[in-house]
Amino acid sequence: MVHDVEDDRVEDMEVEVLSSMWPEDIDEAGKKFNVEKPGVHQDMLEDLTFIEEPSIVDFKRLVELTSYSEKGSSQLANLVKNWEYKQENAVRLLREELDNLSKQQHEVELKKLEILEQHRFEEESYGGDKRPVSVLDEVYEAFQDVPKRRTDVIVEEDKRLEIDAEYDTVVYWKQRALHLEKLLEASVQREQILLEKLEESIENLEKQASPVEELSQILKRADNFLHFVLQNAPVVIGHQDKELRYRFIYNHFPSLGEEDIIGKTDTEIFKGGGVKESQDFKREVLERGLPAKREITFETQLFGAKTFLIYVEPVFSKDGETIGVNYMGMEITDQVKKREKMAKLREEIAVQKAKETELNKTIHITEETMRAKQMLATMSHEIRSPLSGVVSMAEILSTTKLNKDQKELLRVMLSSGDLVLQLINDILDLSKVESGVMKLEATKFRPREVIKHVLQTAAASLKRMLILEGHVADDVPLEVIGDVLRIRQILTNLISNAIKFTHEGKVQINLCVIADPYPEGHQEPKINMDDSSVSTKNGVLLNGHEENEPQSHETVVWIRCDVKDTGIGIPENALPNLFKKYMQAGADTARKYGGTGLGLAICKQLVELMGGHLTVSSKEHCGSTFTFVLPHKLSHACDGSDDTDEFGDMADNESSDDDITCGFFQFQPHALGSTFSSNGSAITHKDRINVTPKEIVSSMDEDDSSRFDASSEPESSSKCNSENENTSCIKKEKQNDDGLDLAVDSCSPLDHRFHNAGDLCVACEARKDSNRSSECSSSSSNRQEVAKSERKPKILLVEDHMVNVMVARRMMRQLNQDMDVVNNGAEAVRAVQSCSYDLILMDVCMPVMDGLEATRLIRSFEKTGNWDEARKAGVDFPSYDQVFQEPRKRIPIIAMTANAMSESAEECFQNGMDSFITKPVNLQNLKQCLQQYVE
Amino acid sequence: MDTVPQLQRQFVEYTTSLYREGYLDDQFSQLQKLQDESNPDFVVEVVSLFFEDSEKLLNNLTAALHQENIDYKQVDAHVHQFKGSSSSIGAQRVKNVCVVFRNYCEEKNLDGCMVCLQQAKNEYILVRNKLEALFNLEQQILQAGGSVPMMV
Repeated sequence: MVHDVEDDRVEDMEVEVLSSMWPEDIDEAGKKFNVEKPGVHQDMLEDLTFIEEPSIVDFKRLVELTSYSEKGSSQLANLVKNWEYKQENAVRLLREELDNLSKQQHEVELKKLEILEQHRFEEESYGGDKRPVSVLDEVYEAFQDVPKRRTDVIVEEDKRLEIDAEYDTVVYWKQRALHLEKLLEASVQREQILLEKLEESIENLEKQASPVEELSQILKRADNFLHFVLQNAPVVIGHQDKELRYRFIYNHFPSLGEEDIIGKTDTEIFKGGGVKESQDFKREVLERGLPAKREITFETQLFGAKTFLIYVEPVFSKDGETIGVNYMGMEITDQVKKREKMAKLREEIAVQKAKETELNKTIHITEETMRAKQMLATMSHEIRSPLSGVVSMAEILSTTKLNKDQKELLRVMLSSGDLVLQLINDILDLSKVESGVMKLEATKFRPREVIKHVLQTAAASLKRMLILEGHVADDVPLEVIGDVLRIRQILTNLISNAIKFTHEGKVQINLCVIADPYPEGHQEPKINMDDSSVSTKNGVLLNGHEENEPQSHETVVWIRCDVKDTGIGIPENALPNLFKKYMQAGADTARKYGGTGLGLAICKQLVELMGGHLTVSSKEHCGSTFTFVLPHKLSHACDGSDDTDEFGDMADNESSDDDITCGFFQFQPHALGSTFSSNGSAITHKDRINVTPKEIVSSMDEDDSSRFDASSEPESSSKCNSENENTSCIKKEKQNDDGLDLAVDSCSPLDHRFHNAGDLCVACEARKDSNRSSECSSSSSNRQEVAKSERKPKILLVEDHMVNVMVARRMMRQLNQDMDVVNNGAEAVRAVQSCSYDLILMDVCMPVMDGLEATRLIRSFEKTGNWDEARKAGVDFPSYDQVFQEPRKRIPIIAMTANAMSESAEECFQNGMDSFITKPVNLQNLKQCLQQYVE
Repeated sequence: MDTVPQLQRQFVEYTTSLYREGYLDDQFSQLQKLQDESNPDFVVEVVSLFFEDSEKLLNNLTAALHQENIDYKQVDAHVHQFKGSSSSIGAQRVKNVCVVFRNYCEEKNLDGCMVCLQQAKNEYILVRNKLEALFNLEQQILQAGGSVPMMV
């Protein structure tokens, strides 16, 4: 128990002492450092060997320090205090021991007292009222001071009464008294010995070793511990005076001897990176008087590149003056490396993360874009269907009788409608180009015509006083092969752009032939002035343009097209973005001028798809020039003589040659329409033909038509051809109608055409069963009947079943209508080919060719003007040569169907039928039908 | 000899019974309406055309259905024609048989087709007899100097 108390005390004390030995900011672990009580037995350190060299001490300085520096003196004071405390403790211990002893003594006394009292009681028992006299009175005297305490035991005096009755033999009591007396004597003797010992001990204490010895022992132990702890630590501990000369250094890995360090400064000892810094740092600490830490990387010859964490604290004298610094350095090179590595890793991770987010964003955007594109495509598609309805209705309207103003209006309406359709197609095209499924067509076209059309269309919607000009150089071929639709699209886009941004002046298209920009095969084209418009030619040309181009020896001519305006121009910084989708030159451009920003992107993509490139040059406020260069194959037919024939064919009026080769066009806006002047004559008329062939209505005389008949040999070899043919044919249409009436009226043998047609009709009827003589006769009587009437609609019944034919014919007659009858689809096709009908009643189920197919073929003819499809389907035309190739207005075709299910009706409509009536046909149905479609 | 009004009454009754029993439908009356002075024999002409056609078709059908590999498409085409012509003259019961017949054709059900063929033949003969009787009556009326009453 006594030992424990001492233990606690010592521990407490040690903590106090050591706390000042360490810097204030050292953590709890530091405070636990206990030199005195390592927790193991004291000999622990004896097993360890210390290499004591590392620490180099300037002892004189140390003494100085202990006596002058605050820290030193406090250390010393602590040590002394410690010692004093220990001494005090020893004294205290001894005192306690003394107390103990006296306690024991006291106990013995008590016992003695008890015995005495017992004894007294005995005396009383036989002594009667005699005052008891203690045998051991002297003993009581020996402890003079004890009685004070003995008063406490007074109670015990009462006890003797109880004891009273127990013992009555005198002998017993005497023996007992003697025995007790012996015990007492022994006790007294022990006491004496203890007292002697105590005195001896006190004497010893006084004689004990001086504090210095004790202190040095403690110090040595502390030193040993420090060495033990520090022996492998990569630390350097040192003390430097105020001139920063080393006074003490502990270094486990010394590379310098004592004489090299003590009394010298850092800079004197070694040189290299970091030395100056550490010296400055120490000086700073010295000056500011505040401890500090810093990481310094040394790059010295002595120990190479190493990083140290240096802690420097100032040492103050008792007067508060700084007299030097303590410093401790720990090598943390590896840690720094690791840390740097970590930092780098972290940085990389951060970069990675940033990239990831960026990618995610991009993915998101891409997905959005895809969705938007999808939607756009869907929408475009949805819009296209009704719009084409509008446009085709307008086209049909244009074939009806209209006055000049109406025609003009309709023309604009058509061209706008076409434009919108085209635009929607563009959007679809763009996605096609982007996804690489865009297919280019190779058709013959005339560049001059294209330029003219584009300018004309532009002029039609011109709202400003702009002059539109087209210059086509003489060397540009009359006809080339390319995708004229796309080229027109590009031109239209560029022109409308130019017009949009031009407030006054003119917009020009210049066309000229240039040398092959890629003479050495298909090289990368030069980079255009704007980086984004780098065109990639190879590949595109091969798959996009014409399949046979690469290996063909066909002459390719490069045509350069400039679209020049005198508009607002494009600021230079906007040029790079110009060809990007949804980009416009400026933020306010869209607001001011509208537009989707798609046009140029489409142009560029299309041009590149065709193997060319599109560039722009512009000067702000002066105008822009968009230039695209495209390769075109030369059309061979163009050079041949037969093509002049072709043109001659369509030279139904003057000046065609002029127009074809004309190289200059100019359009000026005048109200709604536009005047058109060129160096050719009477272009206007011809020009209209070219824009929308269908609207052309030209009156022609019989001569013309017969000439046409003769010359309209089928020439379906080129689309260009057929297009021209179309043009010519339509011109005939009106005339044809007139002629038809004439034919019906007179059956004039002079007009061999209609004679033939009539024959065919007769033949058709004759083919029917001979036993239907009545029908034949009725048919002939029909003819007479028709002849009588002024103008009856011509109706064709296509029906294989005689009963039905008979019924229908009778009903028709009831309705005062005549009709031709054929027995199957093929015959119907032939009949339509030879005759113009106002209405066709078509059975659906028929042998040879059913009504659906026949309708399809007729519709195809109406669309293309040729019977190619019909011929393909196996319809032979016996009198083909004399048959006319003329597209006509749409003939209403009414299906007659037995199974009037909706599915069947759907089929009818899909194949181009206009309506259907259910069989059996009754008068009511028939009448309604006629009213709706003929009258 | 029966008197004209008698004959006329008989004619009306007979016609009504034909409609009532479903041998004929409205299409026949349509035909009758189409007949006028300029075309006095229209109905007879059409109907006799129908008879010719029907006999031919029935023969074709019989032949087609007795072939080893029956071309149901062909059969169907014939039936379709038969249906068309019968509906054109208003031979309703023949037409109805044809509808069923076509269904069997679609199913390529030979037994069903054979049954239908028999039915179609029966119905055809029935309606032919009825119509011939009707026309006979008509002739008698005309020969007796009367006019054929218009059925409304």
